[in-house]
Amino acid sequence: MVGESRSFRVFQVAMGLFLCVFTLAPVYVMLSSSLKPLADVQGAFTWWPKHLTFQAFSQIWTTVPLGLYFENSLIDCASSTVFAVIVAVLAAYGLSRYRFSGRSAFMRTVLATQMFPGVLFLLPLFLIFVNIDNSLGITLLYQTRFGLIVTFLTFNLPFAIWMLTRYFDAIPGELDESARVDGAGTMGTLLRVVVPVARPGIIAVAVYCFMASWSEILFASVMTDSSTTTLSIGLQSYASQSNVYWNQIMAATLVVSLPIVVIFLLVQRHLISGLTTGSIK
Amino acid sequence: MKLSKLAAAGAMAALAGASLIGCSSSSGSGSGASLAGTTITYWATNQGASLQADKTVLTPELNKFTKETGIKVNLQVIPWATDDTKILAATVSGKGPDVLNFGNTDAWTFGATGALLPWTSSQLSQIGGSGKFIPNVLAAAGQAPYTSLPLYSQAYGLFYNKAMFSKAGLTPPTTWQELVSDAKKLTNASTQSYGMAIQGASVSENMHFAYIFARQNGGSPFNAQNQPTFTTTGNVNGLEQYINLMSSGVINPSDAQDSTGTLQMSQFAHGKAGMMMIQNDAIPALASLGMSTSQYGVVPIPAPSPLPAGGQDLASFVAGTNIAIFKNTPHLDAAIKFVNFMTSAAEQQALDQKYQLLPVLSGASQGFISDPAIAQAFTSILNTKAQPLPLKANVEAYQQTVGSQLVTLIGKAATGSAVSTSAIQSAMQSAQAQMPAT
Amino acid sequence: MSHIDVVSRSAGKLTVTPPLPHRRAVRLKRMTPYLLILPAVVLELLVHIVPSVAGVFTSLFDLNQFYLRQWFDAPFVGVSNYSVALNFSSSVGDALVHSFLVTILYAVVVVAFSWFLGFSGALILQQAFKGRGILRTIFLIPYAMPIYAGVIVWDFMLQRDNGLINHVLVNDLHILGQPAFWLLGNDAFISTAVVAIWRMWPFAFLMSMAAMQSVPEDVYEAAALDGAGPWRRTYHVTLGMLRPVTAVLLLMMFLWTFNDFNTPFVLFGTAPPPSVDLISMHIYTNSFVNWNFGLGAAMSVLMLVFLMIVTGLWFLWDRRGQRNGW
Repeated sequence: MVGESRSFRVFQVAMGLFLCVFTLAPVYVMLSSSLKPLADVQGAFTWWPKHLTFQAFSQIWTTVPLGLYFENSLIDCASSTVFAVIVAVLAAYGLSRYRFSGRSAFMRTVLATQMFPGVLFLLPLFLIFVNIDNSLGITLLYQTRFGLIVTFLTFNLPFAIWMLTRYFDAIPGELDESARVDGAGTMGTLLRVVVPVARPGIIAVAVYCFMASWSEILFASVMTDSSTTTLSIGLQSYASQSNVYWNQIMAATLVVSLPIVVIFLLVQRHLISGLTTGSIK
Repeated sequence: MKLSKLAAAGAMAALAGASLIGCSSSSGSGSGASLAGTTITYWATNQGASLQADKTVLTPELNKFTKETGIKVNLQVIPWATDDTKILAATVSGKGPDVLNFGNTDAWTFGATGALLPWTSSQLSQIGGSGKFIPNVLAAAGQAPYTSLPLYSQAYGLFYNKAMFSKAGLTPPTTWQELVSDAKKLTNASTQSYGMAIQGASVSENMHFAYIFARQNGGSPFNAQNQPTFTTTGNVNGLEQYINLMSSGVINPSDAQDSTGTLQMSQFAHGKAGMMMIQNDAIPALASLGMSTSQYGVVPIPAPSPLPAGGQDLASFVAGTNIAIFKNTPHLDAAIKFVNFMTSAAEQQALDQKYQLLPVLSGASQGFISDPAIAQAFTSILNTKAQPLPLKANVEAYQQTVGSQLVTLIGKAATGSAVSTSAIQSAMQSAQAQMPAT
Repeated sequence: MSHIDVVSRSAGKLTVTPPLPHRRAVRLKRMTPYLLILPAVVLELLVHIVPSVAGVFTSLFDLNQFYLRQWFDAPFVGVSNYSVALNFSSSVGDALVHSFLVTILYAVVVVAFSWFLGFSGALILQQAFKGRGILRTIFLIPYAMPIYAGVIVWDFMLQRDNGLINHVLVNDLHILGQPAFWLLGNDAFISTAVVAIWRMWPFAFLMSMAAMQSVPEDVYEAAALDGAGPWRRTYHVTLGMLRPVTAVLLLMMFLWTFNDFNTPFVLFGTAPPPSVDLISMHIYTNSFVNWNFGLGAAMSVLMLVFLMIVTGLWFLWDRRGQRNGW
């Protein structure tokens, strides 16, 4: 644990204050804008709303089907996160604990995918989905929720695999050994020993997967229709051809971010863990 | 770092996959038999104040259609932000809606992909023939064979604040010079009151004005061989005419950062700007900001007087939305029936009234915009002072290259740097160089 | 019990040597790592690799709106798209180089500050104190917000007349005499970078925090016993132990920021000021807006080559710190 000293204390307070202000300033603007009528939001800036009104908060549900979009985003992001974490944990375990030919090729190829801009493979991916659907004869991937989940989950895999491999690497092999000595197989060791110890890393990666899917715009815009539209693109619909409803955008953002923040609050406790000295013996 | 076998296998799979692309799905034409019970998918554009508003406007009309023909319509309202990408994806994959809308600026590009159905004369006769449309407006959809048809029309007008004008003792300008001098008289920087408001950072608006003012000055963005001619005198002078508005200080410099019209509209609605050049769909937006039609008037955007050599007294281009049928549709007959319904006089009247848009049909009544004077102004602009954008597949590229250069130039003017003619010329040279070769 | 494998350790990693007579067990064990990575391999091939390779192939064709429906009918132009992109004396090539340099600067600035803030944030929250959980949650808020909204509110704040930033700088703090244009000219670069940092630093914070939690207490105690103060402990212990995770974090953040499309798009649409002409937008306008997909793909490939070089260098740097090279 990094102990205390005067200069460190000062740093702690100063940095803490700066980060709070930097982080919360836009949040405050969102809050005050959501409480202003549209004309005021577009007018001169005031710290506190001149006319306090909650009308934006009721309008947001009708201007745009916000409830539907929210539900779609939640389902898509939660599903893709769960599956991404499962696939990544399995892969990371293999990469961390085993040496096999093709290992470094796999790691590097997976890393290389992070260098491709989305626009490059957006249309080919679309074509592949359509062709698969055509050859299977059913609409499995094209403009379906399933197709979007598969896409999201794969986008998050490279980072998840790399990070989890590193988190797993930090867990000493002795833990695995002691499990095997007790008779556990591969999956048993993974699930009973490695995963619990790597919990902060897994949670962090899960949060990343969820948030990355939550914010995805480019592929979501193409792969959804009006019933499967997600929040990230749905929010843009508060801008019509001739007018932008700023107060509603801010209100909608607050409304949809609030549950996420609450989840963060609950989850952040699990980001703590420690390799307690007792676990190895 | 060499590509692994994995990537090589991937390449082979890509080739195999790409060969499947060659199999295009055949377009089935609906049988002549009863169409009742079919469902067609319609991608409507966002014309109203919100997606929900569009649904509210269109659903009863679509129900009328279903009652008449038994054909159900699966309505999807596509926001403008994703419209292009979605149509692109539909084009590439061959899987799309049966009927769709898009802005008529894109009509030629989408038409050139071959994904849209070219109307044969027998198909046109099923909807009453192409003669039923206003010639100017139809011309914006191209030439026969048409791949899309006009659905809604819009035009630019010069909106002016009646109170501010009468207070300054001004009448609406009829020449460009008058516009500039009126704007100067209305500008009082100390009270943050300006003569004109623009969307300086909007790529599309800038392109529209680049076109209109180029034509006023005798220039044209493309020549007869469809090659870009952005650097000719007429084009450059036209741009200079527009940029000078910002340089002369009659526009709030902050407008250089406005890409959505928020600032522009709020300035005009709150009496902080005396004029704005904008399309008629600003009317409902102004209403939502508390400005009623009795508070402002509309006149055509004036041209310099006397007109420069080769110039035209153009006040607007023919803006609007077109309707088209996807070539691959398996429900061709049902789709044609739907287009017929949407372009019928009765439906046009109903929709134009609800959306406050201009009609596309010849001889349509003018009840669509509530204020008769404003309605008359727009009708005459559309019929007599508007021309289509260049009928070229590269209009979108033109919009991007010239529009974005203009954003930068206006930004320069706003921050106080002088924008010389040679600067405009070199900007246009850059834009021209970035046009895709044809 | 002859079916138990011999578990041995070499270089800290487990190797599993199964006893010979059990062939089936052998094959299964040797297959284990392959089975573990199989789902990832299938998904990556389907969604990432194959489409990207196909996309790369399109750079060899003059693929525009006329050929979108039948890609193989598009004329093969070989490296012509590349020579257009790389012709630095032409407008297109010149713009590409400029965009490229701007993007490198942008990525370096954003990643450096984001990491610094994230690491510092994790550092100051390492010790438990009352309200730590609240602070942790507050710090993650930008990350919780949808991109569009997060950027749009900054757009708001950066408005010249009605924005918070100018209001504070001019009216409240009197630092500036005149309201500045934050979304035009060179200042636009600073604005965009600040917005990107605002969005990215919580992510660096999250990852650093998770990694810091797995550093065992005794390492710090040992260092303290050796007489190291808090700053030195931070430098040697925390930074040192976090190096593997930090290395991946920095690389990924760099790649993502380099590819960042959403931030400039929401702030400026398709017409960013030249000082913020980021390469992802450049490629987007050439692909989707100008309908010149072949050229856009060629630019993507060039960008890809650059990023591969960067990653190659990263591997060299990373290997020095890792006992087991990749």
